[in-house]
Amino acid sequence: MTEPVIEANGLTKRYRTRIAVDHIDLAIEEGEVFGLLGPNGAGKTTTILMIMGLTDVSAGTVRVLGLDPARQPLAVKRHIGYMPDSVGFYDTLTARENLAYTGRLAGLERTRIERRSEEVLARVGLGAVVGQKVRTFSRGMRQRLGLADALLRSPRIVILDEPTSGLDPQATQDFLELIRALKQEGITIILSSHMLDKVQAICDRVALFNDGRIALCGTVTDLGRQVLGGGHQILVEARGGRIEQTLAAIPGIIRVRREGDRGYVLEAESDIRPVVAATVAQAGGELLSLGIRQASLESVYTRYFEEAAHAA
Amino acid sequence: MRREGSPWSGLWAVVSKEAADHLTSARMRFLEVLVGLAAIGAVYAATQTIRQTVGSDPFLFLTLFTTAKDPLPSFVSFLGFLVPLAAIALGFDAINTEHSRRTLSRIVAQPVYRDAVLMGKFLAALLTLGILLAVLWLVVIGLGLIFLGLPPSGEEIARAFAFWAATLFYGGVWLALSMMFSVLFRQPATSALAALAIWLFFSFFWPIIAELAAQSMVPDGAPGFIAQAYLATYEPVFARIAPNYLFGETTLALLNPATRALGPLFLSQLQGALLGAPIPFGQSVLLIWPHLTGLVAGTILLFTIAYVAFQRQEIRA
Repeated sequence: MTEPVIEANGLTKRYRTRIAVDHIDLAIEEGEVFGLLGPNGAGKTTTILMIMGLTDVSAGTVRVLGLDPARQPLAVKRHIGYMPDSVGFYDTLTARENLAYTGRLAGLERTRIERRSEEVLARVGLGAVVGQKVRTFSRGMRQRLGLADALLRSPRIVILDEPTSGLDPQATQDFLELIRALKQEGITIILSSHMLDKVQAICDRVALFNDGRIALCGTVTDLGRQVLGGGHQILVEARGGRIEQTLAAIPGIIRVRREGDRGYVLEAESDIRPVVAATVAQAGGELLSLGIRQASLESVYTRYFEEAAHAA
Repeated sequence: MRREGSPWSGLWAVVSKEAADHLTSARMRFLEVLVGLAAIGAVYAATQTIRQTVGSDPFLFLTLFTTAKDPLPSFVSFLGFLVPLAAIALGFDAINTEHSRRTLSRIVAQPVYRDAVLMGKFLAALLTLGILLAVLWLVVIGLGLIFLGLPPSGEEIARAFAFWAATLFYGGVWLALSMMFSVLFRQPATSALAALAIWLFFSFFWPIIAELAAQSMVPDGAPGFIAQAYLATYEPVFARIAPNYLFGETTLALLNPATRALGPLFLSQLQGALLGAPIPFGQSVLLIWPHLTGLVAGTILLFTIAYVAFQRQEIRA
């Protein structure tokens, strides 16, 4: 296994009165889409700033491609494309001019800037408006311009802070599609969001932040198994007979819960839908529908903090 | 802890972008019109006066800059007033609008140090001010040629050029001041007001305070002439804290070659001097060298404060 692209050990950020990030450990592998998730103020943006070397680290270490962001910030930033939360542009300049300024700051050659900005603008679907002043852009267009800006230098790592906040559902979907396409190119992507359900589909692994700590870290399915127990929730709609007892007797079923008029939720160790169907039929019941509920981050998160609150 | 990489990388990108912004901004148009009107008015009034008194002065051309005719002040006093205004206008929103436009986090995420951002903005504004003053300077010289019909001598050009440079240094102080406020205050309006307040303070209140401070230095019960000597010695000392005063003395020494000293002199020091005779350019420069040093030092001090504050700021989106 190769060395992680980004590695943090005991990373801590203290402000005068409070601890924003509290001893977090992270290891992000090359080419993965990693989600930093959690409510506002949980320390996601501060973590990103420390990774980029934009704020001092109070304790612990962070390495990006083996480099120390505090000592070699220019080298680190050269490899990272960053799209900040609610990204802003110079309104009186066109999309192309805004990117050209970024490119010049990064020290790219003029021909490279021209070629690359055409490429990335076309890629994010702004090819038709490159000459328009950014003032006229909608929120979604600005957000896409932000992504183009982050991609301009052909970075190995792209960090997106709340890339979908303030976007309508369609624009969010389009944006996530763009991110998915980036993953195909082997770019490591880190994105932060407080909208758990939106991003769970594109993240390989997620870290759930709460109050400066990483509460949970892993793949969405793993977290589901870890927190929700059984991991598989089978939804059954049936009538007739003694359905509930019948269902509870099936081996591998942990719990049966009523949901609505004729619905049951079965927590199962594995996906045993065929067995459930056969059992209902044998018991003389009428099976109306049968489905499975994917573990959602939302439920993982809610359940986890419910339990944490109970434990406290 | 040493950091790696050059603090200058990206500097020219910032300078060229900011200078282009300044030169095309509406604010700049406004300043150009204001300063242009002032120049034409002052020079026209001056030539009217000079024509009547033309004759003996070997530095006739320089009097263009310094001659006032009621109700118009001289070109130099116009500049003493307008340069701070122009410098504040160019600098008061340098950093805080980058915050409020949310462009700063994107800029500092590029492989450049914050040094380049702040320094680039300062240099771009200074360049803009320099261009503005150079144009103004040429307009005055050109109008002088037309109205007076006399070509300036080499020394007059040298003195006028030194005057241009001194004006730029003077502008630099106000620019550094307004940029410092643009770092310290998040609201552009607050930063503009703070800079203007300091400008008003030094223009109107500081002379009074300097006089009072000088009076307080006079020992109790000193006879009249001693008190006079104390006042003459200490008043400039206090007054020179104000950049306007330094600028006034500088222009006096540069544009009026007969100026031999910028403070009280003993009679013995005047022995053998031809009163009213001009002194060489080099001697005039020597006379104002401390003033220029003071202006540059003030600029560096204010810029350093801005720099330190900017480095410590956390730039969140």
